[in-house]
Amino acid sequence: MEKHDYYHEHSHSYGIYIIVWLALMALTAVTVAVAGMDIDRFTVATALIIASIKAYLVLTIFMHLRSESKAFVVFVLVALFFLGISFVLLFADYSF
Amino acid sequence: MSSTEHTVDAHVHRDDVGSRMGMWLFLFTELLLFGGMFLIYSVYRFEYPEAFHLAAKELNTIMGAFNTAVLLTSSMTMALSIVAIQRNQKTLSIIMQLITIFLAIFFLVNKYFEWTAKFHHGIYPGSEELLSKGSGEILFFGLYYVMTGLHGLHVIVGMFLIAVMTRMTRREIITKDNYVRLENAGLYWHLVDIIWIFLFPLFYLIA
Repeated sequence: MEKHDYYHEHSHSYGIYIIVWLALMALTAVTVAVAGMDIDRFTVATALIIASIKAYLVLTIFMHLRSESKAFVVFVLVALFFLGISFVLLFADYSF
Repeated sequence: MSSTEHTVDAHVHRDDVGSRMGMWLFLFTELLLFGGMFLIYSVYRFEYPEAFHLAAKELNTIMGAFNTAVLLTSSMTMALSIVAIQRNQKTLSIIMQLITIFLAIFFLVNKYFEWTAKFHHGIYPGSEELLSKGSGEILFFGLYYVMTGLHGLHVIVGMFLIAVMTRMTRREIITKDNYVRLENAGLYWHLVDIIWIFLFPLFYLIA
């Protein structure tokens, strides 16, 4: 299966989407529960980590990045990299 | 548009990979649009941490969590509609698309009630009640209205986009062998979902 064949590689099964949906719902419950516990400075970090896991699931499964060619993954990583640069440089300016 | 990717029909010239890549490129511009706002949010959050905590108490966490669930579910039904069309189950695909549209409307109705409740409490941009608060809280609510408002606008656009896809599916313009339009509408819808995944904790869960 060296040659990438998007349409035939897909299993066309409903199961994976339902499982991912359940995972997303569970993660939402977790993030709400953690926020309610009020561990102060940990809450923002955990909330963002959980949000990132959820976004990763949506990107790879719902948006099919997992079965797209590598070029798509590189595209997304480059876009995120530049957004990341904006944040890093902004806070390099602001925090000190 | 020069090559046929799949040997569906030797006469059809189309490039589904190129089409999806074009959609992704568009999504990156959306990423930067919202990214800029997240940048502003993070700076002001950094400047006024206490005020942001205080202001976030005004938001209804249950309502926010509920709307998150609605949007996540709509993302799943959108993904399922694509599987259905891949399996040549036209009716099921249409039903899934209609459920997605219904959930989008449901999300907007919730948002409407949420916003009007805020308005009744006198919290809206430029209101006396809001202007009497500290600048950190004014900034929080300004960002809240702009970011959830712009997101809501995307939900409306996505809803209409999916409605067009439903029409095309019914008319068999979108079929088992040619459903890249439906996929692209799905990509847009999932991006709207991802943005909400970040908006929700940053506005509703920091109290």
